[in-house]
Amino acid sequence: MAIFLTENSKVVVQGMTGSEGRKHTQRMLRSGTRIVGGTNPRKAGQDVELDGVRLPVVGTVAEAVRELGADVSVVFVPPPATKTAVFEAVDAGIPLLVVITEGVPVHDTAHFHAYAQARGTTRIIGPNCPGLISPGKSNAGIIPADITKGGRIGLVSKSGTLTYQMMHELRDIGFSTCVGIGGDPIIGTTHIDCLAAFEDDPETDAIVMIGEIGGDAEERAAAYIASNVTKPVIGYVAGFTAPEGKTMGHAGAIVSGSSGTAAAKKEALEAAGVRVGRTPSETAALMREVMAAH
Amino acid sequence: MDLFEYQARDLFAAHGVPVLDARVADTAEQAEVAAAELGAGTVVVKAQVKTGGRGKAGGVKLAHSPAEAGARAREILGMDIKGHTVHRVMLAPAASIAEEFYVSVLLDRANRSYLAMASREGGMEIEQLAVAKPEALARVPVDPLRGIDAAVARDIVRAGGFAPEVTEQVAEVLVALWEVFTAEDATLVEVNPLVRTADGRIIALDGKVTLDENAGFRHPEHAELADRGGTDPLEVRARERDLNYVKLDGEVGIIGNGAGLVMATLDVVAYAGQDFGGVKPANFLDIGGGASADVMANGLEIILGDPSVRSVFVNVFGGITACDAVATGIVQAMEMLKERGERIDKPLVVRLDGNNAEKGRAILAEAEHDLIEMVDTMDSAARRAAELAAASG
Repeated sequence: MAIFLTENSKVVVQGMTGSEGRKHTQRMLRSGTRIVGGTNPRKAGQDVELDGVRLPVVGTVAEAVRELGADVSVVFVPPPATKTAVFEAVDAGIPLLVVITEGVPVHDTAHFHAYAQARGTTRIIGPNCPGLISPGKSNAGIIPADITKGGRIGLVSKSGTLTYQMMHELRDIGFSTCVGIGGDPIIGTTHIDCLAAFEDDPETDAIVMIGEIGGDAEERAAAYIASNVTKPVIGYVAGFTAPEGKTMGHAGAIVSGSSGTAAAKKEALEAAGVRVGRTPSETAALMREVMAAH
Repeated sequence: MDLFEYQARDLFAAHGVPVLDARVADTAEQAEVAAAELGAGTVVVKAQVKTGGRGKAGGVKLAHSPAEAGARAREILGMDIKGHTVHRVMLAPAASIAEEFYVSVLLDRANRSYLAMASREGGMEIEQLAVAKPEALARVPVDPLRGIDAAVARDIVRAGGFAPEVTEQVAEVLVALWEVFTAEDATLVEVNPLVRTADGRIIALDGKVTLDENAGFRHPEHAELADRGGTDPLEVRARERDLNYVKLDGEVGIIGNGAGLVMATLDVVAYAGQDFGGVKPANFLDIGGGASADVMANGLEIILGDPSVRSVFVNVFGGITACDAVATGIVQAMEMLKERGERIDKPLVVRLDGNNAEKGRAILAEAEHDLIEMVDTMDSAARRAAELAAASG
C-alpha cells in the first residue's frame, strides 16, 4: 500500500519544460513513476520527449486532472511563481501536491497553506523538500530511487540528504514510503501527518523519524506518538552543536533563545518512548534491532 | 534577518506606525549635531545592537543638551553589550511616558499561521512577561487569508485588556503593523514598549523587525539593511560566493551536501572531538545537492582561509550527484586552489557514500593527493578528522 503515493499514482509536473523540471521528470520516469504530462500555458499542445516517452504538455493543472487523470502534481517552478502554481493546483482539486521549490517566501507558504486547508481537497508536501518515494512503486520529487529498495520501514524527515543517508544505510531492509517533508518554517505535511499515515499503513512495520533544530514540530510529534502510535519509532535529531540565532542552511533550522534546540527535541522523543540515535549510523543500527525482533 | 532598532523605526514610519523623530550617529560629533537637529529639550541616546537588555547594560542614556548628547554617545559607542560592539547610536526626543504596552505580529510555526500578541503591560522583555504573567499576554491567531483589518485589530486590543479610551488608537497601530508585516515580508514585527504619552499620544518607542530572506527577490532595497559590520569576515566572503556558511568556534572545517547532513556532521565531529581534547567543528558549510568542482573549490578556499581550522572533513552523500562526479570535483578543486595561489597545508578527510561511491573513492585514490585521506563511514571519518585536528594543535 505505502502512504500518499502508490504504483497507481498519476503524476503531472508543473514546470516540466524548465531545465530542473525536465531533468527530474526523466529521473522519475526511470524510477517507474507514471508521469502523465506537464503543464505550461505557453507550450500547451506540445510534447516533451524523454527516453522515448512522449509526454503531453497541457495549459493548466485542471486540464491535467480532467484530460490526463492526474492525481499528484510535482512543482518545480521558481520561488516567485510558486504561490500561483500552488493556487492553480489547489483550485484544480489535485489530491497530492509536492512542492520541491526552495526559497519560497514564508508569507506565500502561509497563504497557500491556509487556502488549501480552507478548500480541504489537497495535501501539500513541502515546500523546500525532496518529495516522497514509495520504492519500486512511484517517486514524486528528486529523491534518488536507486539507493534503496522496497520494504517495510516508513521514513519521515525534514532533511533531504539525511533521508538519502538513512535510505542507503537501511537499503537491505527497504522502505514502504520515505517522505521528505521539508526544512521551511511552514510546511504542508508534518511529522505527525506522516506518523498517522504510517500507523494506518498495513505495509509499514516501523518508523524512522528525522528532525532538526527549529520550531517544536518534533516535540509535538513526540506527544502524538505517546498517545497514538503503536508501531516502533526510532528517532534522530540534527543540530546539537548549532549556535543560537543562526540559520543552519534550512530557512526553518534556527534555535531562537532557548526554544528549538536539538536537546529538547531528543528529550521529548525519549520521554515518549522513542529511542533516539546519536548519529545517523547509530539510528540505522537501532532500526536494525527493531526489524530483527519483528 | 534581524534589523536594528533604527531600521525597524524607519519601516514603521514608512507604513504609518507612529514613531518619534530620530537620527543616527556613528561618532560623538555626529551625535551632537543630531541632538541639535532634534531641537531643544532632552534626548535619549540609544545603543544600536541586536540584543535585549541595553538599558541595564548602560546603553541607553538621557542628555539635556547637544554637548551632553555627544558626551553620552562617546561613552556608548564602542561599548560591548552581551558580545555585541556598539558602532552606532540612535537619538530621539525623550518622551513623557504615562503607560507602556506591548504589541506584535509574528509567524506561528506551530499552527502554520500567524499570531498577534498584545498586552497592556509592556516594557519588560516579552519572554519574561510570558513566564511571569502569562494571563496578561493575549495571543490571538490571525487568519492569513483575512489578515488584520480594523475589526480584527479591535478584537486583539480587547483581548490584551487595554482601556477603552486607547482601543481605537492601538487598533490603528496594529493595522499599520500588519501592513509592515506583509508589505515588507517580515516574520516578526514587535513594538515594546508601545507607549501612551502624558499628552495622550500612542507611539512605538522601540521595535524589533525580522525580515524573511527568502523574499529578497521582492525587496531589492532590503539588501541595504544587511549588517556587514557585525558579520564575521569569513561569513561575508562566503556570502559573496553564494555559499551557505556559518562560522563556529572549533578547529575541524566541515563541508557537506545538504543542510541536515551538514548539521549531523557537526554533531558527529563534536562527539568524536570529546575523545581528542575537545576539538569541535569550525563551521557549517552546505554546498548543496549538486556539489560541483567550482562550488567545492570555493568552499575549500573559505575553510582553508580560516586560521583556526586544523583539519577538514568533507562529508558527501551522493544522491542526485553521484560520488564519482563529487570526487572529480574535489580533485579539480585542489588544482584550482593551487592555481589561485592558495596554500593547502591542512589534511582533508573525505567520506563518500551513496551512488557510485566505489568509483568516487577510486578517483581520489588515483589522484594520490598527500593531504587527502579517505574513510568509509561518517562516524569513523569524523573521528579521524578530530584526531588530525588534535594532533596538529
